[in-house]
Amino acid sequence: MNKNIYMDNAATTPMKKEVLDAMIPYYTEKFGNPSSIYAQGREAKKALDESRDKVARILGATDKEIFFTSGGSESDNWAIKGACYANKNKGNHIITTKIEHHAVLHACEYLERNGFDVTYLDVDEYGMIDIDDLKNAITDKTILITIMFANNEVGTIQPIKEIGKIAKDNDILFHTDAVQAVGNIRIDVEELNIDLLSLSAHKFYGPKGIGALYIKKGTKIHPYIHGGAQERNKRAGTENVASVVGLTKALELAYENLDEHNNKLKRLRDKLINDITKNISHTKLNGHPEKRLPGNVNISMKYIEGESLLLSLDMVNIAASSGSACTSGSLDPSHVLLAMGLSHGVAHGSLRLSLGDFNTEEEVDYVVENLIDIVARLRKMSPLFENVKEEE
Amino acid sequence: MYTEKVMEHFRNPRNVGEIEDADGVGEVGNAKCGDIMKIYLKIENGIIKDVKFKTFGCGSAIASSSMATELIKGKSIEEAMELTNKAVAEALDGLPAVKMHCSVLAEQAVKSALLDYSKKNNIVIEGLEDFNPDEDHHH
Repeated sequence: MNKNIYMDNAATTPMKKEVLDAMIPYYTEKFGNPSSIYAQGREAKKALDESRDKVARILGATDKEIFFTSGGSESDNWAIKGACYANKNKGNHIITTKIEHHAVLHACEYLERNGFDVTYLDVDEYGMIDIDDLKNAITDKTILITIMFANNEVGTIQPIKEIGKIAKDNDILFHTDAVQAVGNIRIDVEELNIDLLSLSAHKFYGPKGIGALYIKKGTKIHPYIHGGAQERNKRAGTENVASVVGLTKALELAYENLDEHNNKLKRLRDKLINDITKNISHTKLNGHPEKRLPGNVNISMKYIEGESLLLSLDMVNIAASSGSACTSGSLDPSHVLLAMGLSHGVAHGSLRLSLGDFNTEEEVDYVVENLIDIVARLRKMSPLFENVKEEE
Repeated sequence: MYTEKVMEHFRNPRNVGEIEDADGVGEVGNAKCGDIMKIYLKIENGIIKDVKFKTFGCGSAIASSSMATELIKGKSIEEAMELTNKAVAEALDGLPAVKMHCSVLAEQAVKSALLDYSKKNNIVIEGLEDFNPDEDHHH
């Protein structure tokens, strides 16, 4: 196989041709500023309004509840800081988990340095929170619960509906970072009792640098960028019209083809998990066996280190990622894997293969074949593998 | 981010393996940090006749081990003692700043194996009197 095999779709996805085609006119002939009164401006405004309406309908929201942002990190930061500062007269306590994306964790840490208290819920070996832990963490000072819909590293899907109900019953705002879930799971914000939801277009075959925050009507939240009147006075700056159109097109395509997408990805995912764990000894599936994203495979290859695994895969044109410290720029391996109870050594040897719409069964076979050889070669080099038997 | 030399040593590491009747064995690092290096030496008349390594670690850890073994093979103990982490990194045409500790580990693994040899043979190797690989290894 000569072409490059891309299995890092949780990091980003290639943009679909239809999405790019929908965007291009808004860079060239329909370039107007939506705030302008003349024809080009009105044309851009129309595209913006229609996009907002379409996005809202897909999420079970109304157009006034959708705010476009620069992406998942901005949406998370806005939701958390904006909601906490706007509601600090009610309390100063936030509940989140130990496995959130850094956009959530670091926003919470920032608030901790500014007078807020944060509870970081533990997760079990599958990366799942315990609902009782959540109930027990609530105090009369709790103003926000922020828990991710699905985890980016191990794909575990949290009991969002239950969490939403608990938040609602206790009159606490509920934010969910749904960056990995949107495009993979059908979401109705009303039914799930979600007050704030973050999404990012490049995770579902849309452009980078564009996302959205759903803010339920009536939610008290501060503006994030002060300036002009864009985004209902809450997020100033000339709208990125072409990218908004791209986000919308990508979202529409994702939900039109959701069943097909999910069936295909689940089939490839399960094949990949089976073939790897059957053919390579000393492997461990990370994440929940069933409640996981359709395209997520995360497996620890014991006795080897993740970066050398990724370099070896890259040598045979396979793009993947790892929870190893060496790939993160920090000294500790993935905080998600550590929170799930993995030892440092095993966490360093984790491999994430995230499947997308463009992957094929042949690619899965090619990855497994190569992985068998690569793991054998690296283990042969590993002093940790010396006294270990292949069959164990 | 790696030089072609690092990648070349990662793809084709020299001297991988073990020496069953090694005269000196040194192991440094730990799984927590994500890298462990083990070096085996065969020494005759003060000359390193053979050297092998095993490494659990990232690309630069494997390349550094490989380069270090190449640099000391056939050399005297005194010459091997002069091997610095800088020399290993330079021989690899450089390592990214965050990966310099891999070359430090390689230097320590060699010294650790020499220390083992000196203890087994009841000799003193100049420069190893105060060497403590566990103490020195922190990154």
